[in-house]
Amino acid sequence: MRAFETTPVESTTEGQAAAATLGRAIVITSGKGGVGKTTTTANVGTALAALGKRVVLVDADVGLRNLDIVLGLENRVRYHLLDVIEGNVGLDDALVRDKRSENLYLLAAAQAREKEDVDTAEMMNLMEQLRERFEYVLIDCPAGIETGFRNAIAGAQHAIIVCTPEVSAVRDADRVVGLLPNGWSPELIVNRLRPALVKKGKMLSVEDVNAILRLPLLGVIPDEPGVIVSTNKGEPIALDENSAIGAAFRAIAGRIVGEDRGEVSTTTPEPGFFTKLGALFGGRA
Amino acid sequence: MLDFLKKSDFFKPFFRREGSGATARERLRLVLLSDHLSLAPDVVDALKAELFAVLSKYVDIDPQHAEVTFEMREREVAMLASVPILAVRNDRPSAPRPPAPPATRVRRRKRKGAVQTKLVPTSMGNSAQA
Ligand SMILES: Nc1ncnc2c1ncn2[C@@H]1O[C@H](COP(=O)(O)OP(=O)(O)OP(=O)(O)O)[C@@H](O)[C@H]1O
Ligand SMILES: [Mg+2]
Repeated sequence: MRAFETTPVESTTEGQAAAATLGRAIVITSGKGGVGKTTTTANVGTALAALGKRVVLVDADVGLRNLDIVLGLENRVRYHLLDVIEGNVGLDDALVRDKRSENLYLLAAAQAREKEDVDTAEMMNLMEQLRERFEYVLIDCPAGIETGFRNAIAGAQHAIIVCTPEVSAVRDADRVVGLLPNGWSPELIVNRLRPALVKKGKMLSVEDVNAILRLPLLGVIPDEPGVIVSTNKGEPIALDENSAIGAAFRAIAGRIVGEDRGEVSTTTPEPGFFTKLGALFGGRA
Repeated sequence: MLDFLKKSDFFKPFFRREGSGATARERLRLVLLSDHLSLAPDVVDALKAELFAVLSKYVDIDPQHAEVTFEMREREVAMLASVPILAVRNDRPSAPRPPAPPATRVRRRKRKGAVQTKLVPTSMGNSAQA
């Protein structure tokens, strides 16, 4: 059984007391910047919601708000996390519902504020409130290991480490793992893998990365320009049936909810495989 | 002859044998080794204390003026210990010495009355920070 498994809280309607099981708060972190935390949070969240789970995505990158853009929700954001923490508005006013899924919500970060403005105890309190209402709380952590990182992990119980097959990313991931609370068992996502380069011996393999980090492998995501296209449009690629990346994110969501998907493959299909498959079955390429 | 060839290939550094992925692998190994040492001052302190204790069995040393440092090099992380020796002890224990632990190769050099110890670790662990 995976650490992430949670019992369904279908019975938790708005009016009911908080006696029901709390949801899981999972922080997506990496140490190094730009390795795919926000992309992962948006897509894993989207895929979890598509599985029928009630999910809220929390942008903890105060001052550098991004998650709303990746989800295409930037026009709907009125209030943010600090507004809630500081009591300016209620939680319901600040939660933004996704365009596509009724199960998916966003709590945006404040763009004009600083990470030091967040009070750790208040943050923990807010995460607990969210866990009363959602089965999964995914927290998009800022890069670094300072205040922003500490606040992002404060209200969580689990961590997903995102790492790319690069020396600096693995080094930072190793450092971050050492800073997580004792007793956590973080899981690893290797992002931006290019299997053709690995085959030629020109890129660290998933095995190389995990020979260092030694974490349970949650997923491997290929490097594909499709991510950039989907970010441009504000449509998470997790919903694209014809994309290898979409499939990788859906597999991760499946594992998080406890589906038995066997061992994670340490390589990914060559780019184009899914596009060709899609074309073959009349899908859009 | 064949054996010798195999051996010489075995000792070739990784990054001459393969592509840049292997270079990355080797750099990663070294950088983490060095990170883990600098993140574990308690381990380094304990190591120093034991090192001095062992040396003191054979020679009188001046721990006040001893220096133990770790240095990142192209192909290894080395521990450099410079320990002033004041005198050889008369009550020093005699051989045999205990065997070196399997994961570590230890080479010793003598120079100008100081003991030079170089440790070349061959394996490393996960970020073992408390
Ligand atoms: N698998 C992938 N293939 C191609 N591009 C990717 C992939 N994953 C992420 N990217 C791109 O890399 C860039 C950084 O991704 P993202 O913003 O998710 O990283 P981050 O870890 O959240 O960054 P930051 O530390 O700045 O918050 C984006 O332009 C994104 O589109
Ligand atoms: Mg981000």
